Amino acid sequence: MELYRLTACQAYDMLKKREISCRELTQSVIKRIEDVEKDIDAYLYLDTEQALKQADKVDRLIASGKELEPLGGLPIGIKDNMCTKGMTTTCASRMLANFVPPYDATVVKKLKDRHDIILGKLNMDEFAMGSSTETSAFKKTKNPWDISRVPGGSSGGSAAAVAADEAFFTLGSDTGGSIRQPASLCGVVGMKPTYGAISRYGLIAFASSLDQIGPFTKDVTDCAMVLNAIAGHDANDSTSAVRECPDYKSALIDDVKGLKIGVPREYFGQGINEEVKKAVIDAIELLKTLGADYEETSLKYTDYALSAYYLIASAEASSNLGRYDGVKYGYRAANYEDMIDMYKKTRSEGFGSEVKRRIMLGTYALSSGYYDAYYLKALKVRTLITEDFKKAFEKYDVLIVPTSPTTAFKIGERIDNPMEMYLSDVCTVPVNIAGLPALSMPCGFDSRGLPIGLQIIGKAFDEETILRVAYTFEKNTKFHNKKPDER
Amino acid sequence: MKVKPEEVDYIASLSRLILSQEEKEIYANHLSQILEHAERLKELDTDNVKPTAHVLPMTNVFREDEVKPSLDRGVLLSNAPEVESGCFKVPKIVE
Repeated sequence: MELYRLTACQAYDMLKKREISCRELTQSVIKRIEDVEKDIDAYLYLDTEQALKQADKVDRLIASGKELEPLGGLPIGIKDNMCTKGMTTTCASRMLANFVPPYDATVVKKLKDRHDIILGKLNMDEFAMGSSTETSAFKKTKNPWDISRVPGGSSGGSAAAVAADEAFFTLGSDTGGSIRQPASLCGVVGMKPTYGAISRYGLIAFASSLDQIGPFTKDVTDCAMVLNAIAGHDANDSTSAVRECPDYKSALIDDVKGLKIGVPREYFGQGINEEVKKAVIDAIELLKTLGADYEETSLKYTDYALSAYYLIASAEASSNLGRYDGVKYGYRAANYEDMIDMYKKTRSEGFGSEVKRRIMLGTYALSSGYYDAYYLKALKVRTLITEDFKKAFEKYDVLIVPTSPTTAFKIGERIDNPMEMYLSDVCTVPVNIAGLPALSMPCGFDSRGLPIGLQIIGKAFDEETILRVAYTFEKNTKFHNKKPDER
Repeated sequence: MKVKPEEVDYIASLSRLILSQEEKEIYANHLSQILEHAERLKELDTDNVKPTAHVLPMTNVFREDEVKPSLDRGVLLSNAPEVESGCFKVPKIVE
């Protein structure tokens, strides 16, 4: 087997046992990137020369007798909205095309401390606004399962890179489904941890009360191991939770006996593709034969979540993106009359159309006369949705639903119709609204051979039960073994 | 909820954006669609519901006021579009 095919844990074990060198491992992934990247376009920035230098450094460390920490020494990729010191961080926007951060995001620093090798930065929807990675100002990433289709979004580059074996794992961010939906469309494991579980210091803000960083991996074991590497309180992020971090690896138990699964019927209604529904229900039936109990239930505010989400997220975005004024960093228009004109031209030339749309929507929802009717109303509905989940979790250990209403759609299919694009997130946004953890993993393929994703939602800070269910499902199925180029 | 082109003008100005005539029409149409979808929120009685701005039960987060090194000025300024004498340069604001 080619080295690039290994999971992160397998690659790490071989490195540790000195069966392979870090240079061999890194070269294998670089060769893979050279072979497939022209079709996939996952990376916005790549520095293979630097990666090989880092690899040699890791080899010297190993030779000197140093033992790498778990998942250390692996070539990986980072979504281009997380700051990497000395490496451009663009948010896939003209606004930040030349921005070189003077510091590392906490998650990046933690991985560098383990001697992980950052190959480059991954494509995304501009400022993480989108569900297909088509709003990137620079390139369109293609789905490795069918390059005429989108990889999902906004972390489409991060998902496609893992699916195409162009990195052992990647990081993404999830504001309304931006990790789980592309993970589902690309047939990999993606997790949005509980709000506050992982530091967001150095993550360029979109909607601060919803944003969360999380991993894309080839399997559930790798997911737990990446969480171990990046979770925990950070004094630089006052919204990161102060708590003892569990050992997520210990949650990898192949046993769901006695676990109670809730299946909310609102997630299986109109707009959800029949093949997707069937694959998810089959998965739940399988978990039942393995000893779990399931029951149909209802989360009655689900249908209101999408509207509440787009109002809240856009309102926060309109405020967060106020910082792009052409003064401290980023783009500045070349010709202008005065200060206000400079702001306006800078922002009009620097932002793409989806970003402008969200800023306009958010500004509208916050403006005098509409604040109560839209923004405040959405925050109240947020309370109802959060309480809905709380009640469900008094009865159930996890909830299982589809991740995305459909499998990967065609490039260009939804880009001109924002409402249709927003509906891609209908199964994922409620989780962000309530700040809960959720994981997406492959649970089947549709008649075109495109992957279908299963979403497991857990209680706040109970990533362990999600991982246990996911691990059990993976141990008893073979979906994760199938590769796009072996179709 | 129909958003009129004049309203789009006003919102664009609040957002510090300049839109072409074509963009104004597109955004008026898109914003109307999105807000129409949001009309359904009015079906819910939320008179006695408290708003949730943030899901974590935290209020003020304090830390000790310690002196720590900050980032280098030159490095920070290297990302600025225009710099003069160690400062960000902006268009004239005061007459």
